[in-house]
Amino acid sequence: MKMNLSNRRGFMKTAAIGTLPLSMVELTFADPQQNFSFAHISDSHIQQIKGTKFVNNWDRGLIRAVAETNLLNPKPDFVVFGGDLAQLGKKEELDHGAEMLAKLNYKTYCVLGEHDYYLDLGAYWSELYGPHYYSWDHKGVHFITLNSILTYDKWTFERWPSDMQRMLEMAGLDNPNGSPFMVGEKQRAWLAKDLAGVDKNTPVVLFSHSPIQKIYKGWNFWTEDAEEVQALLKPFANASVIYGHVHQIQYNQIDNISFNAVMATAWPWPYPASYAQAKSFMPKLTVPMNRANPFFERDATGWQLIDMDNGRAALDYNLYDNTNRTVAYNPKTRQPEDRMFQSPQNRVSPQTHF
Amino acid sequence: MKPKIYGTVVTLFILGLFGVYMLVPTLSADEFTEKDVARWTEEFMSVVDKGRVLWGSGELGKNGVACGQCHPNAANTHPETYPKFQQQLGRVVGFRDMVNWCLQHPLEGDALDINGPEMVALEAYATYERRGVALAPGKH
Repeated sequence: MKMNLSNRRGFMKTAAIGTLPLSMVELTFADPQQNFSFAHISDSHIQQIKGTKFVNNWDRGLIRAVAETNLLNPKPDFVVFGGDLAQLGKKEELDHGAEMLAKLNYKTYCVLGEHDYYLDLGAYWSELYGPHYYSWDHKGVHFITLNSILTYDKWTFERWPSDMQRMLEMAGLDNPNGSPFMVGEKQRAWLAKDLAGVDKNTPVVLFSHSPIQKIYKGWNFWTEDAEEVQALLKPFANASVIYGHVHQIQYNQIDNISFNAVMATAWPWPYPASYAQAKSFMPKLTVPMNRANPFFERDATGWQLIDMDNGRAALDYNLYDNTNRTVAYNPKTRQPEDRMFQSPQNRVSPQTHF
Repeated sequence: MKPKIYGTVVTLFILGLFGVYMLVPTLSADEFTEKDVARWTEEFMSVVDKGRVLWGSGELGKNGVACGQCHPNAANTHPETYPKFQQQLGRVVGFRDMVNWCLQHPLEGDALDINGPEMVALEAYATYERRGVALAPGKH
């Protein structure tokens, strides 16, 4: 039986109410070796109130993503967590988040977010998840995770009287005392070396926390050395960047590189255009997510099932209180497109932000 | 008659002078200087600044969550659309009612005095961040 990914979501929802229809997913790819899926969960922002008390709203978002991902059938090959596990990088927050993430029945690869990093510069996060950047190969695809939330050394090492103040200054999204994210020279050199051994026809997927493109600096929807990183991906026939941080649906195509953002499990962010005092550069391709309804606690949050179609990503957005979306690379137009809403006449009113 | 009129004019003139001296410190209702405007703007901006601090504060509610976590630069609060029919509440409400709803729910705290200085500061900040956007009362 042939079924598409949105059926698979229906399948999962059916599974959740107790019946388990046995179906096979078969997608027609040139190289079935490169036909697999993985899940992507991001931005849980686990926030300690005091002692063992944590913000329930954010806990629920992550618990739900983990539970639903565990229900997937067919099973994803692995899970990526896209960063900002914690809100203020505290050991208590990282431990509490890690405990919830550990319930995943799959191998999990973690990306470092600024909220995990700026208290102790990723020291405790590393005890839990290892190196800040690394790569691996899976079924013919080369995967990379970068720590893209570094910034100027002067800001990190000299400006703040305490580690907690540094953390708080970076945690405020709209804080003018913040500093632009960057990958930095050291990691770019590592990336160049890592990619040197990869065939140019091998699909490359890069996971980062920040966008590796420049959308809006005021909220760090931005990577200062985005162009330099893009240049390293340029020789590849088939490259994708999948990033967190922005808590919203975004997608773009720059040359051969597809860009896809993922949802947060914690809360959604406004599109930068809804801040009237500054210019932003949202990719024109992006059909926005629906406006969030705050009375539905989980609205405009969710997680992604990502299907690799010959090395190109199709993102299934599992939106908890809203219509699910699929954004997939269209080989005809050579760009990611929403399978339902891309055409302007198919847009719906809740996609209008102001 | 002439001297009497003269006398009256002189009296009025003196009274007038006296009146002007009396009025100098308070001016007329519709008279103000650039200095006044600068001071009033400064007063307003000090309240906007207080609002900005409150907006980013984890102390406003009871779970440490701040308004700014979901609403950076107070975006997506649309103060220009209030009062409006808030479909989830089933009635027409003002901006301050929605602020209190957020304080009681996502922030798990208590409502603020609707006319208190903290509420005025939050409204001043959110509205200031939305300056220049046309009023659109009732817009969903």
